Amino acid sequence: MTEVTSPDPDTSAAAGFTQETLWMLAVRDQRDKAAFSALFDHFAPRLKGFIMRSGMGSGQAEEIVQEVMLTVWRKADLFDPGRAQVSGWIYQIARNRQIDVIRKENRPVPEELYEDQGSEPDASQIVGLEQEASELRQALARLKPDQREMIEKAYLGELTHQEIKSQTGLPLGTIKSRIRLGLERLRHELKDMRSDD
Amino acid sequence: MTEITHHIPDHLMAAYTAGSLPEPYALVVATHVSMCLECHASYEAHQALGGAVLETAGEAAVSEVLKSDVMALLDAPVASEPVYKRSGVYPGPIMTALKGRAPRWKSLGLGVRQCILSGNSEGSVRLLYIPPGQAVPDHGHNGLEMTLVLQGSFSDETGWFGAGDVELADQDLEHTPIADAGPPCICLAATDAPLRFNSFVPRLLQPIFRI
Repeated sequence: MTEVTSPDPDTSAAAGFTQETLWMLAVRDQRDKAAFSALFDHFAPRLKGFIMRSGMGSGQAEEIVQEVMLTVWRKADLFDPGRAQVSGWIYQIARNRQIDVIRKENRPVPEELYEDQGSEPDASQIVGLEQEASELRQALARLKPDQREMIEKAYLGELTHQEIKSQTGLPLGTIKSRIRLGLERLRHELKDMRSDD
Repeated sequence: MTEITHHIPDHLMAAYTAGSLPEPYALVVATHVSMCLECHASYEAHQALGGAVLETAGEAAVSEVLKSDVMALLDAPVASEPVYKRSGVYPGPIMTALKGRAPRWKSLGLGVRQCILSGNSEGSVRLLYIPPGQAVPDHGHNGLEMTLVLQGSFSDETGWFGAGDVELADQDLEHTPIADAGPPCICLAATDAPLRFNSFVPRLLQPIFRI
């Protein structure tokens, strides 16, 4: 199996990689600080807005943004563009960090699914994921304002599990196809891992 | 290895991903996701939705010094955090809760044992060890009770639960799970009931003691 490096930026962009994915891969594979700086400019204001919406002051929100962005840099090797969008990956880091700060304890997280180099996703798989994410954003944009607000509240951590369950208008069905495709990808990757043993 | 048939429903996975699920249940979800590919895919899908919300929910300008601080810290050395790996039937999240040590069991009588992992006003989560033919103790709950099988199996009025399966029960469910023949059943059980050290008795005795 040959060493897999970041895809060539020109062909990857042409193939439909988002700018954020290209930056993240440059951070992961080349430890590229200019790419990290671009990621910071894109995500730091969104993270701060997101964190402040759950009631935190500007100063504390910035402390969390700092820790989240440093985690993005330090744990970049865990980013897998075949399984996660940059925004989804950073979202989870931010929520975990925010909860650790609020509850002063580490929240339980699942085991990482480590893959070897041989199972690096191909470009079409990454592009497929980008398309799903884009469709997800469009589906969100098409929601009625009150439905959209419910989704935002749910993923900002403002609704309990009972509230999410009782919100029958919550269009969680929009992610069913994402789950099915994600499962196919995981099965495929694990098959590759086994055959490499 | 049998197929996992009882999974984490969407509303609990959404709450887990968003961090609004109380800690005892969050440990059960994190452990199940570590055992179940289907729910790992579900977890990733909910993260994608969370990412879409992060992308579109609005921005707040950050101070200039924040960026220079972060850039200056990129090369700073970091202390590595301990990562507790799966050990035997205990996936990583449980080993983390046990801080890498083997469970310390306390007898509840009739061969049933428990090891409390955490408990506070939000609820509690514990490991249970049930010999074949014995009833799974009631955790005492007002709302949701989650029981994840790690080894062996149990059955009750609602079905059969093998390794990786998670049973959800609310206060309306009258059920008496019994460990099946075979290896002892080891479960991870979470409840919203606050931790009570003395009242944890085998389920069949509860009507007598009225707890």
